[in-house]
Parts: sequence; C-alpha cells; structure tokens
Amino acid sequence: MTLLNVEELDCRYGLLQAVRGVSFEVAQGEIVALIGANGAGKTTLLRAIAGGHRPHAGKVTFDGEDVTRLPAHRRVARGIALVPEGRRLFPTLTVEENLRVAAAGNRRGRWNVKAVLDTFPLLQARRTMPAATLSGGEQQAVAIGRALMSNPRLLLLDEVSLGLAPVVVDAVYKSLANVISEGATVVLVEQDLTRALRVAGRVICLLEGRVVLEGEAQSLDRDRVVGAYFGLRSPSARGEPR
Amino acid sequence: MTLVNAIVQGIFLGAFYAVLACGLSIMFGVMRIINLAHGDIAVFGAYLTFVVVDHTGAPALVAFAAALPVMLVLGYILQITVLERSLKAGLLTPLLATFGLSIVIQNLLLIAFSPDVRSLGPAAGALTTASWHVTSELSFSALGVVVLAVAIVVFGALQLFLSRTRAGWAMRATAEDADAAELVGIDSRSVYARATAIAVAIAALGGLFLAIRSVFDPISGPTQLIFAFEAVVIGGMGSLWGTLLGGIALGLAQTLGAEIQPQFAVLAGHLLFLAVLIVRFGGARLTLRVAR
Repeated sequence: MTLLNVEELDCRYGLLQAVRGVSFEVAQGEIVALIGANGAGKTTLLRAIAGGHRPHAGKVTFDGEDVTRLPAHRRVARGIALVPEGRRLFPTLTVEENLRVAAAGNRRGRWNVKAVLDTFPLLQARRTMPAATLSGGEQQAVAIGRALMSNPRLLLLDEVSLGLAPVVVDAVYKSLANVISEGATVVLVEQDLTRALRVAGRVICLLEGRVVLEGEAQSLDRDRVVGAYFGLRSPSARGEPR
Repeated sequence: MTLVNAIVQGIFLGAFYAVLACGLSIMFGVMRIINLAHGDIAVFGAYLTFVVVDHTGAPALVAFAAALPVMLVLGYILQITVLERSLKAGLLTPLLATFGLSIVIQNLLLIAFSPDVRSLGPAAGALTTASWHVTSELSFSALGVVVLAVAIVVFGALQLFLSRTRAGWAMRATAEDADAAELVGIDSRSVYARATAIAVAIAALGGLFLAIRSVFDPISGPTQLIFAFEAVVIGGMGSLWGTLLGGIALGLAQTLGAEIQPQFAVLAGHLLFLAVLIVRFGGARLTLRVAR
C-alpha cells in the first residue's frame, strides 16, 4: 500500500530551482534512503514533504490525501514527522519540555516521554536540563524522540549523523533500529553511502534536483551509486539512464 | 528620609511602567515585532473602560473586567488580520504597520471622544486617593501598592504560564524557532495570535492604571510607548523579568532625578536609558574591535 506519493515536485528558492520534477512513491513499512551530493535538493525535498517548504509545483499525497497545501503542523497531525537537519531543538526548553511540546498533535500511539527515554537511555539523566546544554549525540536523540512524540506513520530523517562522532552515530542508528523494527515507514537523508545502503530497502539518488538513480539497495552496486551520486558517466552507470 | 520616600515612590512608579511595558516585551520576545501602537492600544483600553463606566456607572475596576475580554479578542483579531500579513513581508513591515495603526487609533479616538482630557480617577473611588502615612515624609499610596502587587501577579502568572503549561512551552518554542515549532505540530499562527491577545490585554491594564493615576487624551499613547520602550530596553529586550526590573529602574531614575530637581525627573529616565544603550551596545562594538 502506498503511504506517500510525490508527483512532479518542483521547489524553488527565488530563481534557484532546488528540486526539479521529482516523483517517487513510498510504501507502508518501507525504508527509503535519499542520497546525493551537497545541494542536490535532498533537504528541500524532505521539507516539502513535511510542509516546511511550499513547493512551486507538483503534488504530495499522503495516505490518499492531497497534503500539498497543508501547513506543517497539520501534516504532523496526519502522521508526518521530520527530524530536521541540524536538530533544531528549542534551546531554553528542557529535554522533557522539548518532547512534551511536540505531543500537541494528539495522535495516539505507543510513543510518550517514558517510551522515548526508554529508547534513548542516555537522555534519562538529562531530562530536566535545557536542550542547549546537551552534547551533539544527546541533542540528536532528543530531536528523534521529539519527532516520535507525534506517533508518526512516516518518519523523515535529515542527516541524523551530521556533526556526530562515528561512535555516537552508531548509537543513534542502533536506537533507530528499534524504531524501524516496529514497522515505521522511514525516508532518510544520509551522507554515508555505506550506512544508507545497509539501513535502507530502497535508494533514491538525487543530482541537481533530479532523480538520477533509483533501486533496491540490494541490487545496486556501489560503483553505480557513486557514478550517479557525482553525475559521472562511469561505464556501469551508463546502462540504464533515467 | 526623603531619599527613602523617593525610592519607594520610584518602585511604585516603576511597577506601573513595567505593566505598560509587559505587552511590548511579549510581542518582541515571541514575534520580534516592535509594536509602535502599544501606547495607543493602552490608551484605547482606557477609553473602553471609560465608556463602560460612563454608561453603567460601574466602578473603574469592574468596568475594566468587562473591557478585558474585548481587548483579548481585539488583540487576537489584530494579529490574524494585520500583523500576521505584515510579518510575512520582513522585519521592517510590522514596524510600519504598527506605526500606521498608532495613527489610526489616535484619530479614531479623536473622532469618537474629542481632544478632551479624561480620567478614571473619580470612578476608582478610594483607590485614587487613599494612602498610609508611615512617617511625615514616607507614605504608601494605595494605588502604588495595588499597581506593584498587580505587576508582580501579572509577571508571576506569565512566568508560570511559560514554564509550567504546554501552551507556554509552545509559545517559547515558537519564539525560539517558529519553523521547527511548525514541524513538531505547533500552530504558530495561533500561538502568535494568543501572544498578541495577551499583550493587548496587559496593555489595557497599563492604560487603566494610567487613567486612574492621572489623565489621558487621544494622543497620550506615544508618551506611554516611550516609557514602556525604555523599560523593555533597560531590562534587556525580550526578557520578561528583565522588563519588570527595567520598569522599576526607570521609575527609580525618575523619582531620584526629581529629588535633584523636579524638572529633571523625565530626563533622568532618558539618561538611564541612554546609559544602558551605550554600555550594552557601545560596549559590544568595543570588544569586537579588540577581538579584531
């Protein structure tokens, strides 16, 4: 069953066109990785799905409903949650306040403050501290937990490993594995190709705002992905131009 | 002893300025809007209370209780009809919009009420004149004590709201990062409208105190705006408790200035404001130069 359907999406910042005619579908329970070089339009695409960026043209359908014109907070109520790039916590709010303020959508489900703290035990001791005082890894955990608080059906993760030590990234992905194993549908942006191919079932590669490669993570070999990633015309990538 | 009295009176006066400044501080803190119509909104609230008193003969405080919900609703409407649109057009547009609003309110009041000077003093009964004389040179006016108590209650209640309730967290979250707040399901439009509603209602409270302690006319607003603005800046832009302290510092400067020379009162307040500006922003430039 298709949960998310993106059709011919165009996103612009003034004259700059960040996303050009992107279409793809995400089925319920799927893990999709968006990859691509800096400036390929990954973050803009995620923000357009979450409602943080109003697209210039195209359509976003979630669970059969056209949500293209819906403001972000109403998409959260429908079940779309974004963990934004750079975490974007509320710095003077405590960890618990950061989590509880995000439960405003009143979607029912298994996620609450206790469940988030159980999933990210490192936050237990930080509960009453302002978010600004946390380490990068702890902040990332709060950002993911905050998104989970709305009990999303679709979780969008934007570079959750950015600026974190490799050990911390491992810990974050380990916690995410628990979330994912419960059948969440996830679209994630990840710079680390190896990790993206390992976590995701399907990979979509963007280059200058266009989809240049799409396929099952298992079936793609690394060379083809690298070719598409940098827009190289490597022999292996020439096979199936899109 | 006159010095002690000047300090006491300065605190009472400062509490009045703090109430006036409170709404200005909220709107700046939450939306980065500098509301140039704030003083006129306070005066508008005073007129609204005056109309109720005039028609029903009710005491000023009772009449104000009737005007308060009207002001809340007007604030909410002001945000969603005018300020929200102007916010989309950049930081300068709300400044121009509220400047225009200030002129509109003044002229509407002039048309409706004529330039005559009014006061709510007579309608406030004993509150206007009662006082306790501790010694021959030290006295507590009932109004001063009430204003100080109300100021502490208003700022305390706001503090509780912002730190204990989910609506308060949503307001702080939106103030810190409106885009991220939307992405976690907070309706920033409605948060902004609530903030303006609260700011406008508290402005009306300031207008009530102005109308009881002295007189007002349709163009009293801008003077009140200057005092409120000074209180906000002295206390640190966007800081709630800072605004209370800033108001009291301004009141103290004025009464202590008056001790030196009665004509020096308002000027002393302005000088304190300028001194704070120089220390805070001039100082920042100095350290920047050193760092380079």
